Parts: sequence; structure tokens; C-alpha cells
Amino acid sequence: MIVLENVEKTFENVKAVYPLSLTIDKGEIHGIVGTSGAGKSTLIRMMNLLERPDNGTVRVGEQLLTSLSDKELRKARQNIGMIFQQFQLILNRTVAENVEMPLELVGMQKKERAKRIEECLRFVGIYDKKDAYPAQLSGGQKQRVAIARALANNPAVLLCDEPTSSLDPKTTTEVLQVLRHINETLGVTIVIVTHEMDVVKSICKHVSIMKDGQLVDSFEIEPQGLNDAEDHYIEDLKRIAVAKSNG
Amino acid sequence: MDKIIEYQSEIWLSIGQTFVMVGISILAAILVGLPLGTYLYLSRQGNLYENKILFSILDTFVNIVRSFPFLLLVVFLIPFTRYIIGTAIGTMAATVPLSIISIAYYARLVEQSLLDVPKGIIEAAISMGASKAQVIFKFLYVEARSGLIFGLTTATISFISYSTVMGIVGGGGVGDFAIRYGYQRFETELMTFTIIIMIILVQAIQITGTKLSKKLDKRS
Repeated sequence: MIVLENVEKTFENVKAVYPLSLTIDKGEIHGIVGTSGAGKSTLIRMMNLLERPDNGTVRVGEQLLTSLSDKELRKARQNIGMIFQQFQLILNRTVAENVEMPLELVGMQKKERAKRIEECLRFVGIYDKKDAYPAQLSGGQKQRVAIARALANNPAVLLCDEPTSSLDPKTTTEVLQVLRHINETLGVTIVIVTHEMDVVKSICKHVSIMKDGQLVDSFEIEPQGLNDAEDHYIEDLKRIAVAKSNG
Repeated sequence: MDKIIEYQSEIWLSIGQTFVMVGISILAAILVGLPLGTYLYLSRQGNLYENKILFSILDTFVNIVRSFPFLLLVVFLIPFTRYIIGTAIGTMAATVPLSIISIAYYARLVEQSLLDVPKGIIEAAISMGASKAQVIFKFLYVEARSGLIFGLTTATISFISYSTVMGIVGGGGVGDFAIRYGYQRFETELMTFTIIIMIILVQAIQITGTKLSKKLDKRS
């Protein structure tokens, strides 16, 4: 679905990504992990050319993004959803109006837009907040709105740049559930960049590991599923507490 | 009160002149200052229309206009005014230097408001496949709208202040009236009256602008 070939990127003498190739299969949830500064964010941002590689090619589906004109690239991007760590919702527009934005950009009729907004918001379970402004929502709710917005134009691919890194464990689980649901029911290929191992372990089917701008390993794993993260954390704490009192 | 009634036609005339001068300044600020400020923002390094040369030219232009003592700018622009309007004297002529300073002043405020918009919003817009025009009108202006309105309010009040000295080129206006009738003819009553009018005018503009910008701000 996504094929990167020999892509590389340098920022003002700092090599962010050394030449690397990576193929992401259709329908998988692919995790890219690494410490901060490993180049994983740059890598995912190359997949929709938010960052244009200095060399190499990027293919998404049938389209070779690196050879498209500006206009064609804009059109191609409408088929690639993206969500961010800081959500990047338009704060002066309501939840519904945020989801409406990508539909407006493709010139969909008002009536159809309303229908599609409802579908998307119901899908991520936040339809009841449709008239709220982002500032009135919690972090997890904001990310769900961002997901709904990214899905509005029925993309084949969803790029997630640290989607849960500013969320607490409980809302992280909620957001990951939504992502898995999207992958399973809509068949959307998902790429997740994260530094949180738990995220990778719970839902990814394929993992790539980055270090110092290089791809050090890439392999398939068996996703372990989502348990209630909060309980999990309390269990962990208790274990430490017992260990201390025993010691 | 007698004096005020006696001079009421002059007072009305001067209020009208102030409205013409300030009104045209606001129009110039919106029609030219807004695009100029937007371009200043967009042509910065790392932005959508990055252009070092044009940015520094426009940036310097705005700085030069704003560093002139205003009365000197008025005088300096007389040949230019004469070229545009056909005369350098009168209310319409006065709108030329006023418009120039308004454009430079509001452009700076627009640039500032746009700089407050998180960069991530623009990236989100691009990732959605927005064109440059769509990024500006559907994202940037929407997120910056309360700052843009608040800035225009601040600017308008400065325009009123600038317009009070336009008597120097026969521009008239409330400020000119206060000086010629109130101060130079020792009619303290008239001077006080015009000052009160100015205070009411400025208050009304500030209150309206603040309210509107607050109402449009949903960011927190």
C-alpha cells in the first residue's frame, strides 16, 4: 500500500533519515517505534509529503507521490488521512464543522456533507458533542474528532503521528480501540509512529524500529490486544508496593 | 450650551470629515493592510510563500512608514497626494497619508495575529489536501479572526488619533475643530465638548471591538 524507496532527508546538515526503503502492506497496522530524534516522525511525514524526501520515491496505492504536480498531490492527500499528537483541530470551529472541513475542500454538497459528518462522528462515538468547540473536550475526545475528520473522505490510509502521546493510559486505550475498529471494519491501512511500546504491543501487526535515522529492524508480531490500561497500571503499582514492604 | 448650538453646523461638518478620513483609513487597512500583513506572514522563512527578498522589502517598507513622525509623513507625501487626488489640500487629500500609515500599521497587527496561529494547524490543512488559498481563508483567518478584529479595533482608534492633526493640510475633522475653535479662540466649552465626543467615540469602538472579538474566540 505504501512503498518508500531509498528515501532520505537532511535538515540543515542534520541527517534525519538515512536512505531507507520500507513497504507497508494493505490492511495492516504498522507501528514505527524509536526514541525521540530517531527520525520516525520525519519518516511518516514523508508518506504524504508533508516532508519531501531529498532523494528516493514515495508510492501510496497506485500513485507515485514524488512525481505528482501540486494539484495532483493535493488530490492524492485527500485519500491519506493524518492525525497528530496535538490533534490540530480548528479551535474556532465546532466538532461537526471540523469534520466538515475535508468535505468542504473536495467540494461536496451541503446535504451530503451533513450525512457524512453524522456517519463519521457516530463511528468514533462522539456524535453527542457535534456542536461543542474543541476547547470544551478532553484530550481523548479531541483525538476522536481528529480521527473522524481524517476519515471523512474515506481514505485508504491513516497516518498517526504519536496519536496517544499526550493522552493518559485510559484514553490511550480508547483511542487505540477506535483505530483498531477502523482497521477491522473499514480495511484502512494504518501507520502509527510512537515511542510507547504498549501501543505497538497492543494493536500493531507489523513493527519497524528506527534508530539514529536508520531502519534497524522490521518484523511481524501478534497484537496482544487491549486490556484496561488503568487496571493494568494500578496492578503494576501494587506489585511495586508489595515488593517494597516485603523488602 | 449656547456656543455649541451656535457652532452646530461646523461641529457636524467636522464630525463628518473625521468619519470620512477614518472610514477610508479602515477601508485601506482592510483592503491593502490585511493582504500585506498576510503576505508578510506567509513570506517568512519556512512558510507557505517563503521569499526572503520580498519579505525584507515589505518588512522594511512597513518599518519606514511607521518610524516617520506622522506630521512629517503627511508633508513628505504631499507630491504623491497631489499626483493621486489632484490636490494636496482638503479632506480627501488628507486620506492619502492616513491610508498609507493605516496600511502599514494594520499589516503589522495582522502579521502578529497570524503568528499566533499554531503551525500544526497549517500542517493539518496541507495534509487534508488544502490549496494555499484554502489554507489562508479556511484555516488561518478562521483561527486568527478574533485577533484580526481586535487589531482592527486598536488600529481604528489610532486612525482617529492620526486624523486629528490633519488640519495641517486642511483636512478638517473633530480634532481640527477643537484646536481652531476651542483652543485658538479660547472657547473652552467647545473644546471640552469635542473632547467628550472623542472619548465617547473611542469608548464605543473599543467596547464593540472587544465584545465582537471575544464572541468570535472559541479557542479556550
